[in-house]
Amino acid sequence: MTRRYTDYPRIASSEITPEAVWLNRRDLMRHALAAGVGSALLGQATTSVAASPKSLTFSPSDPQSAFATSEALTPEADATSYNNFYEFGTDKSDPAAYAHEMTVDPWSVEVGGLVNKPGKLHLEDLLSGFDLEERIYRFRCVEAWSMVVPWIGFQLSDLLKRFEPKAEGKFVAFKTLHRREEMRGTRSFTSIIDWPYREGLRMDEAMHPLTLMTVGLYGKTLPNQSGAPLRLIVPWKYGFKSIKSIVSIEVVDKQPETSWQQLAAHEYGFYSNVNPEVDHPRWSQRYERRLPSTLFKPNRIPTQKFNGYEEQVGSLYAGMDLSKFY
Amino acid sequence: MATNAIPMRALGLWWLVFLLASTPFLQLVYGVANNSLGPDPAEQLMHSTGEWVMRLLILVLLARPLAQWGYSQIFVYRRMLGLFVFFYASLHLLVFAQVYIGWDAQILGEELTERPYVIVGALAWLLLVPLAITSTHGWRRRLRQHWRRLHQLVYGVAILGWLHLLWLSRSDVGDAVVYGGCFLLLLGWRLAVYFKRHGSRHRRVSA
Repeated sequence: MTRRYTDYPRIASSEITPEAVWLNRRDLMRHALAAGVGSALLGQATTSVAASPKSLTFSPSDPQSAFATSEALTPEADATSYNNFYEFGTDKSDPAAYAHEMTVDPWSVEVGGLVNKPGKLHLEDLLSGFDLEERIYRFRCVEAWSMVVPWIGFQLSDLLKRFEPKAEGKFVAFKTLHRREEMRGTRSFTSIIDWPYREGLRMDEAMHPLTLMTVGLYGKTLPNQSGAPLRLIVPWKYGFKSIKSIVSIEVVDKQPETSWQQLAAHEYGFYSNVNPEVDHPRWSQRYERRLPSTLFKPNRIPTQKFNGYEEQVGSLYAGMDLSKFY
Repeated sequence: MATNAIPMRALGLWWLVFLLASTPFLQLVYGVANNSLGPDPAEQLMHSTGEWVMRLLILVLLARPLAQWGYSQIFVYRRMLGLFVFFYASLHLLVFAQVYIGWDAQILGEELTERPYVIVGALAWLLLVPLAITSTHGWRRRLRQHWRRLHQLVYGVAILGWLHLLWLSRSDVGDAVVYGGCFLLLLGWRLAVYFKRHGSRHRRVSA
């Protein structure tokens, strides 16, 4: 039975094309073109895996720069099975279990507000319209766990420049997709988040070279639970600032309200820079569990100010009282 | 008094209940041993032990209303279930100390002074300690009528436990609503019984 929704008329492509073929059509096409029938069959052999990510072409990060770290990578299986993406539920395993219900192709991102050339970016533009590069960043969640993930993407500054922000644009506001029928977490009666999820950055933070518009991880496109097809990664801030599955980017002149601020302003500030000296009412921020962690080897390590990116971003906050602007 | 001698038929059931109440613990032990609790077992260990404290507490509090409605055999299992509440609460605390505190006195001090949800959680566990100690027949005999009064501390445990859960809720209050509803019914029923009894006594006095 097909459920009907009255929000907007839409025929899911999955109703037309068999889903496995539909999810892998690019893989099939590329494999068939590039390597002939043999690998096309190979591609088909893996079609049972839902939304299998596509491999990406990208340039590796400079190991001598802050764009990489020599710390051990978190295993890919851990990074893609332990996620916070409340649109699909509040358990860490919910996103990996239910995010496949979200349609990510077709996808478009509206870029507007105080820009000279407002417009839309489509999935194709995101994957092939920018020079993709790998960035190996520490990722620190406000819940005091952390990972090291090889992201693939392009600098947010490259994206913003194309739309020419106006001088009066002081902040950038982001929104996540909100599609009730595909996001079971947003249908929860007891959820107190006002969807869609919203985040924001100051313009200088948005233009900083560390700030990455991310389309992939571990050499492949983002799986849905990691925020496909486009998410933000701001490595010196707590993970919730790195908004997922973005559909709207707006340049604004006032500090935008973020979802977590709206929920509990005394707990989550606009800046939310990783800072072991500024305590959070729920979790001590002085230590973090670097995942994978176990009961007998929790892998607790001290948390670094700005998540170890102080040299790169400390100057953005010169003279600011970080315990006040947390 | 009736709980001193458990009939044979009930004994088999007693072990069944024991096994059922141990199952979550055995699952966690299996998960830890096989490293199958995911990349961050801390969270699942805390969540699971905490949740079983609440569920078993509800069963313990259900004993009295059930007995009232004719199922007084339930008292055979109440002490065991109460001790399981203490067991899971203690596991909860141990995991917290191991994974979140790292057995660091300074951090423990901070947690106990700065985080209200930790404070009420710790208080709830402290209230459980005397209840666990005095759960034996010997203590029950020695304390006589005071035993009952002492064990009414379990209502405090329920309220503090619920506050702990409520203050932990971040974006979804589902769990807090469900457990809160259960405790409200169970404690409300007791209040109703109490007022009915006292009301009738007053009537008798004035008559």
